[in-house]
Parts: sequence; structure tokens; C-alpha cells
Amino acid sequence: MPAAISTEGLVKSFGQTYALDGLDLTVESGEVHGFLGPNGAGKTTTIRILLGMTRADEGTARVLDGDPWSDATDLHRRLAYVPGDVTLWPNLSGGEAIDLLGRMRGGVDKKRKAELLERFDLDPRKKARAYSKGNRQKVALVAAFASDVELLLLDEPTSGLDPLMEEVFREVVQEISDREGRTVLLSSHILSEVEALCDRVTIIRSGRAVESGTLSELRHLTRTSIQAELVGPMNGLAQLSGVHDLREDDGRVRFDVDTDQINPVLRQLTEIGVRSLVSQPPSLEELFLRLYEPEAVK
Amino acid sequence: MKTLAGTSGLIRLILRRDRIVLPIWIVFLVAISVSYVKQYGDLFPTPDSRVKYASNAGFITLYGELSGTSLGEFVTWRLGFVPVMIGLISILTVIRHTRVEEETGRRELLGATVVGRHAQLAAALTVTLGANLVLAILLALGMHSQNLPLSGSIAIGIEYAGTGWLFAAVGAVAAQLSASAGTARGIAIGTLGAAYILRAAGDTSAHTHGPLAWLRWLSPIAWAQQIHPYGQNRWWLGVLVLAATVVLVAVAIYLSVRRDVGSGLLPDKLGPADGNLGSPLALAWRLHRGLLAAWTVGFALLGLLFGGVAKGVGDMMRDDPGIQEAFQRMGGASGLIDSFLAGVMLLVGLIASAYAVQATLRMRVEESSGRVEPVLATATSRWQWAASHLVFSLLGPAVALLAAGVAEGLAYGAAIGDVGGQLPRLIGAALAQLPAVWVLAAIAIAIFGFFPQLSMVSWAGPVICILIGLVSAGVATASWIRDISPFTHLPSLPGGSVTAGPLIALLAIAIVVGFAGLIGLRRRDLPA
Repeated sequence: MPAAISTEGLVKSFGQTYALDGLDLTVESGEVHGFLGPNGAGKTTTIRILLGMTRADEGTARVLDGDPWSDATDLHRRLAYVPGDVTLWPNLSGGEAIDLLGRMRGGVDKKRKAELLERFDLDPRKKARAYSKGNRQKVALVAAFASDVELLLLDEPTSGLDPLMEEVFREVVQEISDREGRTVLLSSHILSEVEALCDRVTIIRSGRAVESGTLSELRHLTRTSIQAELVGPMNGLAQLSGVHDLREDDGRVRFDVDTDQINPVLRQLTEIGVRSLVSQPPSLEELFLRLYEPEAVK
Repeated sequence: MKTLAGTSGLIRLILRRDRIVLPIWIVFLVAISVSYVKQYGDLFPTPDSRVKYASNAGFITLYGELSGTSLGEFVTWRLGFVPVMIGLISILTVIRHTRVEEETGRRELLGATVVGRHAQLAAALTVTLGANLVLAILLALGMHSQNLPLSGSIAIGIEYAGTGWLFAAVGAVAAQLSASAGTARGIAIGTLGAAYILRAAGDTSAHTHGPLAWLRWLSPIAWAQQIHPYGQNRWWLGVLVLAATVVLVAVAIYLSVRRDVGSGLLPDKLGPADGNLGSPLALAWRLHRGLLAAWTVGFALLGLLFGGVAKGVGDMMRDDPGIQEAFQRMGGASGLIDSFLAGVMLLVGLIASAYAVQATLRMRVEESSGRVEPVLATATSRWQWAASHLVFSLLGPAVALLAAGVAEGLAYGAAIGDVGGQLPRLIGAALAQLPAVWVLAAIAIAIFGFFPQLSMVSWAGPVICILIGLVSAGVATASWIRDISPFTHLPSLPGGSVTAGPLIALLAIAIVVGFAGLIGLRRRDLPA
């Protein structure tokens, strides 16, 4: 089965600034793919290109085996989109907006809609101008989840939702992914959400993908922190590649080591002689902080 | 005065945001007004010619009664529509900086800083009232520079600024009533319209010594007009207008402390839980129907008004060659009444082009607010979406013009006992404006399609055409200038002869330009 989304070398500039600078992104059919990056990294621009709202200056993009620009209308029957900041027609009720978007996409499943309204605890009779941000977000989520589509493009979809609703969102995404085999591209800043839902993630920065893979693959990219009490002097430790921030304090050493360099470092430690050893795996937060930092990837 | 904290900062913000549009309308209205002094002084040099020109029923409805025969009074009378425009602009400015700010949530952002409860309203009113004051001073100086007496020039400044002040206060009250800026605008502009109609009805009745002259004393527009600049200079009416403004501002403040930020006094009703909108066209209908209804009713009233007075107009100008000449420049046709009706149709067509541009620019509103994004993320193509809006921006003016034609035909036909004959003539005359209206709509489509950020420039079309229409009706104008306006190339109906060539050419231009715009829309990015 071809990938649900694949882009190669996408470039998009707005005047002087490059929003995308050679972005490669592959989302396999049936997976929930996390799309992460600091603010302004180009996540929304990418999604807008995938929706055919914006045309890339260079590079290719395929969505559901179609061209997102020229086949936009046909593709949109098969996908649903939730923006991070939903604006609605102020004088339409939430229910009207949900039905409108659903029908224009090709049909609304009434039962499904009622069930989702119930789960998200949304009153569809209120006029859009009376909704809070979280409730406007729910309108877009219900409209997207109630339609029978293969692909969901979710751009920071839970911004403004309370923790309970966030939980409902996770359940629904898990259901549509596990039971119905739908593909989801989830742009998000909420790491626990990404960890709970995503099979694979792509991290972008300054318009390029800096890492892509499963979360456990990505964990290998980062550093493990080690504290050890040594028998002898810490000879040669500083010269080993992959060792960072080495500090010695009264026979105790602390340092961070690149996870893929951990073996030679441990050999060196046991040669010196170890009295005690504490090793901490990298947390997700550390992983992202490191990848988000401008100087992290040269 | 803690409730006013931050007002000066907000005033600077408003001035920064309106730094272009505010000076433009002030200078534009002052320049138009001052230019009329020489134009109309040359055209109607004698008191006799002025009285004759001014005493037809159509003009009395439009501009009111002539208060005296001096040049200043005559020009003030002929400019009778300008205070209404000032009132309209003042309403829009106040609501734009109060209710719109609340509806978009920006007020909340600012309100959380050191900004007092009344600061937003105070800042919006200060700027609007101040702009009107500047306009009044410039106008007084400009009029005085045309050798009109200083006292009268100050009085006309007070008339204009007073109307602006009063309706700015009306806008401030309306902004408290509804949570929707659109509804607030509707309430305030409806009040302005009612004031105008009361003034027109009262003046018409007064002129014919009818029993309804008192109606005009219900209209704030008439209060300001009755100051009679360059004549009696009744300053006390200026005080009355000022007092009414103060009362309305007090009401607005009273209301604003009795509601929450973001909410109105009129409650929001619940809507249906299930919608039956299912297509871009249905959505466009929902978004355009209010506008369409308002313009259609307005055009029907306009048609009734002009159709009703047309017979009287013909009776009054039968024996004045100067007026005949003026009217023939404006409409140019055989019969005098026909040329009056043709001039009216031109005016109606020009107004219809403003509606066409407004309806076309709804697309830009949808785009810049981000609401187009979820729609185009469904199986709706850009062309389908644009076409569903264009149904209303192209056929909406047709419906409104039809309403004007029908109303005018019925009213004029009833007056001369020939409904069967006049109805089709005037419907035809009204619909004959459409090619020119569509050209201006097509230009708006093209600008939106290629340069969305410049969409507001589309308003230049109707404005330039209205200017050309106004100027060339008053004075002889070089033909290349008149030829810029597509309305110049329309047949003068009713009464004139129709040649297909120019109509087909205008339609062809509209189609080519409009399609080019749609291609531009399909090829460009949608700004985030």
C-alpha cells in the first residue's frame, strides 16, 4: 500500500523567509504520525500544502496517491481537517456548522455525530459566537471524526480542550486508528499526547525534518546521564567520543553520554573500576528540547 | 477616573489603525462640499434660477427644502446628502472600534491590561467626535475661502459635525445592545435611515403645505439641517443636537456598565442542533440573505420615492432651459420626466454597484477570517465556493434593481394612470444598469483573485463612478473622464435609444475580467 502522505524536498518561501526548506515527510497508511516542531517551524504550512490551500515552490507532495493541489476536491472527500484555531460563522449554531462541513465532505453519520456530541459534551444549539475556544475546537473535531474518511489532518487539535476532553480525544483517535485503520497526521506540542497516540513521529525545525522514526528509535538519538563512583582516577574518560559535560566531584563523576556510544564508555568505566553506578534514560522532554534547540543539529 | 485609564493609549491605537481612511473621508467630503460653491454658483447665478431648481419634489425629498436664495444657502441645500454620509461614517467608525473589537476578542486582550471599563467607548467616541470637529473646521475654512460669510461657514460646520456627533452616539448605543457587530450596525444604520425618511416625508409635506411637516422634528438629521447656515444661522438647534448627543452617550455608558464584556443586552438565541445547510450555495445564501433583503427593501423604497415624485418634477421644470440642460447632461433623453427618471436610474445603478462590490468582498471577509479554510478542506473546489458567492454578488444587484424598477414603475404609473405602460419601461431601464454594475463586480473579483490584500481597493470602482456621475451632472466634463465610468456607456433609459454594441462590450469586459479573477483565485495561495 502506498504511503498516505509523502513529500520530498518541499520548499515554500514567503518573501524573504523560508517557511519550508526541503521538507521530507512520509506517513504510512494506517499509522498515527506525530508531527512536532517548535513554533514557526513550518508545521502549519506543511498541512496547508497537503490541503491544497498553498502551493509549494519546489518539491513534490502526494496525499492518498493524489496531487494535493490539482486533485484537491477529490482528495478532500477522503480526508478531514481540524485547524488549531477554529473560526466559525458567528450566526450559525454549532450543529449547523458540523452538518454543513460534513455534508460538503460527502455525508454525515447522524448516529456517530450524536455519539461524539455526547462524548465531547458539546451543546450543538449554541451560536458559534457564544462558544469558547475549546468548544469551537470541539465543533471542528466532531465534524472531522463524524465523517467517513481515510485520513485526518489534525493541526494542534486539542488546543483549548480541558484534560477530560483531551482524554476523550485520545480515546477517539485510538479507536479510529485501531478499529478502523484510519491514518492520522497529528501536529502537537503535547508530548504525553504524542507518546500515547503516535506510532511514529517526525520532528521539523526551520522547515526541515530533523528526525523521523518511532519514539524508541528517537530515544537512541539522545543522551543517557550517568553518575558513577569510581575506584581509580577517571583516565581517558574525557577523550572518549560521545561523552559530554563531564564533572568530577570527590571521586564521583557525572556526565551525559550519547546513547549509541554507551558501550565503549561502560567498558572504560569498568576498566577503572566502579563502586556504584546510576544511569538515567532520556525523558521525552529532554529529547524534544534537544532537537528543538537551534544548535542541536548542524 | 479609573474607568478611563488607558484611554489615551487606545486613542493612539485607533488613530494608528485608521491613519489612512480617516483623513481620506474628511478631505474627500470637505473637497466635494467646497467644490460645489463655484460649480453651482456658475450654473445657477440668480436667486430665481436657484428657487426653480430647488423647488421640485424629487430634490426636496433628496436634499430637503431650500431655506433662502443666497449662494451659501443654495449650496448647503444641494449638499443635503453629505451630513447623512457623515452620520453613516461616524456610525461605522464607532462600531468598528467598540463592538467589532469585542466580537473578535481583541478587547479582552486589551482589557486585561491597565484599561478602564469605559476606555474603549471613550476612545472610539473621542476619535470619531474629534474627526468630525476637524472636518467642521476644515469645511468652515474652505467655505469661507470661497467668499461665503464666516458665520454661515461656521454654521454649516456645526450642521455637519453635529450630525456626525449625534450618529456616533447612536452607534455607541447600538454597540451596547447586541453581541453581534452586524446587528449593531443594522440597528444604527436603520436609525439613520428612519431619520432620513422622516426628514424627507416632513420636508415634502411642508413644501406642499401638507399636514405632516411636523414629522421632520422627529429626525435628528432635520434638526441639524434646520440650523439654516448662511440664512438664519439658528445656533440653538446646534445646542439641541449637542444635548441629544450627550444624552445618547450617557445612555451608552449606562448600558455598558450593565453588561459583560463580549455580551449584549439583547440575548443570543439558541440555534438548531441539526443543520440543513449542505452545499456552498446554501452557506452563501445564509451569509448573503440579510444583505440581499436589506438592499432589496432599500431599493424598493428608493424606487417608490422617485417614482412618486417624478410627475411633480416634470411639472416644475418644464419652463427652465438651464435646468433642462442640466438634466439632459445627467440623463440626456427626450422627455423631461424621462430624463429625470433616467438620471434616477443612473443613481440607482451606481448604488447597486456598491452592493455588488460589497457582496463580492464577502469572499475576502470569509478568507481573512479563516472561515474559508474548513470549507475548502471539504470536497468543495475554489471555483464552486467562489461561484456560490458570485451568485449573490451578480444576481443580488439584479434582484435589487428589479425591485427598484418595479417600485418606480408602480409609483409613477399610478401617478399618471398608466401602470401597464410604465412598469415594463422602468423595469427595463433598471435592469439595463446591470452590465455596468457587473463590470465593477468583475474588477472586484479580479483584485480579490490576484491581490487579495488589496481587496478594499475594489471600492475605488463605485466611488470613481459616483464622482464622475456627480461631477458630470453638475458641470461639463471632458469626455475621456466620463468614458472611464462604465455607466457612461449605458443607454439612457427610459426614453433613450438602445444600441446593443456598448452593452455587449460591457458584458464581454465583465466576463473576461471576472474569469481572469477566478483563474487568479485558483492559482494563488490562500493566506493563513
